[in-house]
Amino acid sequence: MLTLTMTRRFLPVCFAAVSAVCLTGADWLQFRGSDVSGVSLESNIPATWSENKNVAWKVELPGRGLSCPIVIGDRVVVTASSGFHQDRLHVLCFDRASGKALWHRQFLATGRTMTHPKMCVATPTPASDGERIYAFYSSNDLACLDLDGNLLWYRGLTYDFPNASNSLGMSSSPIVVGDTLIVQVENDAESFATGINVLSGVSRWKKDRPKRANWTSPTFAKNADGTSLALLQSSAGIEAVDPETGKTAWEYKDGAATIPSSVVSSDYVFIPSNGLTVLRTGDGNPSDILWNDNRLGPSTPSPVVVNGRVYVINRAGVLQAADMTTGNILWRLRLTGPFSATPVVAGKHLIAFNEKGDGQVVDISGEEGQLVGENNLGETILGTPAISGNEMFVRSDGHLWKIAAE
Amino acid sequence: MRWLIAASLMLFVAPPFAQAAQTDSIKAIKAVGHEGNGNVPALAAVAELQKSSTAADLPALLDAFAGASPLAANYLRNVVEAVADRETAAGHSLPADKLRAVIFDTKLDPRARRLAYEVLLKVDSNVSSEIIPQLLLDPSPEFRRDAVQQLIDRAETIDDKQQKLATFRKAMQGATDEDQVKELAKGIRSLGDDVSLVQHFGFLTDWEIIGPFNNRGLVGFAETYPPEKKIDLDATLEGQLGEVKWDEITTGDEFGVLDIAKTISPYKGAVMYLTTTFDSPATRDVQFRFGTPNAWKIWVNGQYLFGRDEYHRGMAIDQYTVPATLKQGQNVILVKLCQNEQTEDWAQRYQLQFRVSDASGVAVHSAASNRQAAALPQNSQKNLTAQTGGTR
Repeated sequence: MLTLTMTRRFLPVCFAAVSAVCLTGADWLQFRGSDVSGVSLESNIPATWSENKNVAWKVELPGRGLSCPIVIGDRVVVTASSGFHQDRLHVLCFDRASGKALWHRQFLATGRTMTHPKMCVATPTPASDGERIYAFYSSNDLACLDLDGNLLWYRGLTYDFPNASNSLGMSSSPIVVGDTLIVQVENDAESFATGINVLSGVSRWKKDRPKRANWTSPTFAKNADGTSLALLQSSAGIEAVDPETGKTAWEYKDGAATIPSSVVSSDYVFIPSNGLTVLRTGDGNPSDILWNDNRLGPSTPSPVVVNGRVYVINRAGVLQAADMTTGNILWRLRLTGPFSATPVVAGKHLIAFNEKGDGQVVDISGEEGQLVGENNLGETILGTPAISGNEMFVRSDGHLWKIAAE
Repeated sequence: MRWLIAASLMLFVAPPFAQAAQTDSIKAIKAVGHEGNGNVPALAAVAELQKSSTAADLPALLDAFAGASPLAANYLRNVVEAVADRETAAGHSLPADKLRAVIFDTKLDPRARRLAYEVLLKVDSNVSSEIIPQLLLDPSPEFRRDAVQQLIDRAETIDDKQQKLATFRKAMQGATDEDQVKELAKGIRSLGDDVSLVQHFGFLTDWEIIGPFNNRGLVGFAETYPPEKKIDLDATLEGQLGEVKWDEITTGDEFGVLDIAKTISPYKGAVMYLTTTFDSPATRDVQFRFGTPNAWKIWVNGQYLFGRDEYHRGMAIDQYTVPATLKQGQNVILVKLCQNEQTEDWAQRYQLQFRVSDASGVAVHSAASNRQAAALPQNSQKNLTAQTGGTR
């Protein structure tokens, strides 16, 4: 059943000072890219690669990580965590063209670092607005650095709120909306979301969230007037908030998954809820459920929407394509799982890395999906890759690779 | 003439302008507080320090770690890294002798000492073999871990059984990380000797326990039951299933795990209280380090320390670290342990593993309790499990 509550007094004018996410050419600035879609239509990534083919460079990393690389102009930034207690936090910056290490900064975690063995402290993906880097960790440490690695400010959200932690680890990746960093810190003991002023590191707002473990990441939806709402997902559903004030604009209250995250495409919101539930926001506020299909529930990877279709990978490792407006399932293709990373789309290719490190490339341009490449770099890969121009960046616990046509 | 004398004195007593600016910047950084307070002045201070500092300033910047909060230490760390990188890239030499002095001065902040080592390592990769062996018992867990690993690696190359055993034993003195302790225990035992991990980690194995009290619907975590008001080991209290009394519970588990579900009853929707005494020869700061998959609250000498309302998100050695101050003499530790009503197989554990350590993780032992179990051979300890009493 759809349960929507609207804050009628909410005025779009509240967003007047909020600009859209800063899109800098082909930058890939946060989890699932600058627009949080996981799609880069202009890109052309080779369908095959190996240690000896189409690998532009490969560099060693000093620690583990499920976080995705991000691309800011000519720089690639990645986080890692190391040490027996995973309490050594790394931010590394590489030259995009050569892979040369430009700088490496380290911090000591101020929050709890225990995680499930499969996870690690460097699980959330860093975010950037093109000028600053916001490196966030499972310990709820949040470091803001300039592009040269100079610290601008540092927050310890568990240091501030000591019960905000999860013994299994936390994975929510922050996003930048306008000049506010949206951070979700949600668990069984103390849950909150906060909107942080990117310049000062001080919270503009902080609001209580459902006390339930939650590994999903926020996304954003654009209103017709160009302003944005941050969408916060949890086991309770979706809460759309003004990124600058935290004020609730609307809520979807019929529950949602706590691992795969929602995705927005134009004015459609695809929510991993009761399978997959799609809302159409129209003027910025959802009026009704557009469609719902319990066969389209994603497993760990989040859905991807491109060219009128939504793609989900289910628990059996089957990639399903459905019409984004009707939910009609168009085709299914069995891939080799299991999957932790969310697939990304580069041009006509959907690229899905399974946990064994198999990069499976599916041509999604035709009537049926066609597997056109299966590539393995010999290491476990749990993090979502980044696409920028005709280049893909993917990391393991030990390495970062740049994949591009030779 | 007076002004001349005054000016001359100023030259001797007043710090140079750059030094004063550095002092002000460090002060601003160390003033960083919770929830972003002080961030903006600290931002300017970091920029100023990075701009004005040279390689010669690194020891002073490392000195500034003294008393720095975890947040401030990260700001200072960034300054040191940035300055060291810039100076090295410019071909300027680092003050190696002074950095060495920082590393070996155990009165300085362990975070700063370790950072001094890392800076030195960047320009001289051979310092590890020179420095690390001297830091087996260091206050810095990272130094100790490196020193332990060097000894483990060396032991693997030794054929002589007694020498090998002695090397393992020596390494064990500095080991506090679970993986290294387990590896060393395995090595020691493979050579026919034994080691008590209860003793090594300082697990508290002997407790008094009472319950169950009601936690149906998760009401028990917030409820104040009588043991929270007064610990009377002779009292009979009204529990969830009738009258309950304090009873002894002792674990023989090698890692000090008290297993309520197995040794007493797999209670669901329940609250149990555990108490023990810890004899400290002096007033001192310690850390209570414990693991449990259950919700918990903890007190020492009647003072509430912390609580966490989370169930079945895993359990590990040192899962939680709670700072505490012990008074001289007998200290009473009280733990409230809550079990929920989940029915899944993975949600049935009702356990506690508890130890007392210093800030670096080295065990702190009670002068008068838990000795008996710790001193017993492993086989005898295992038998104790069957003797565990419980609360009815």
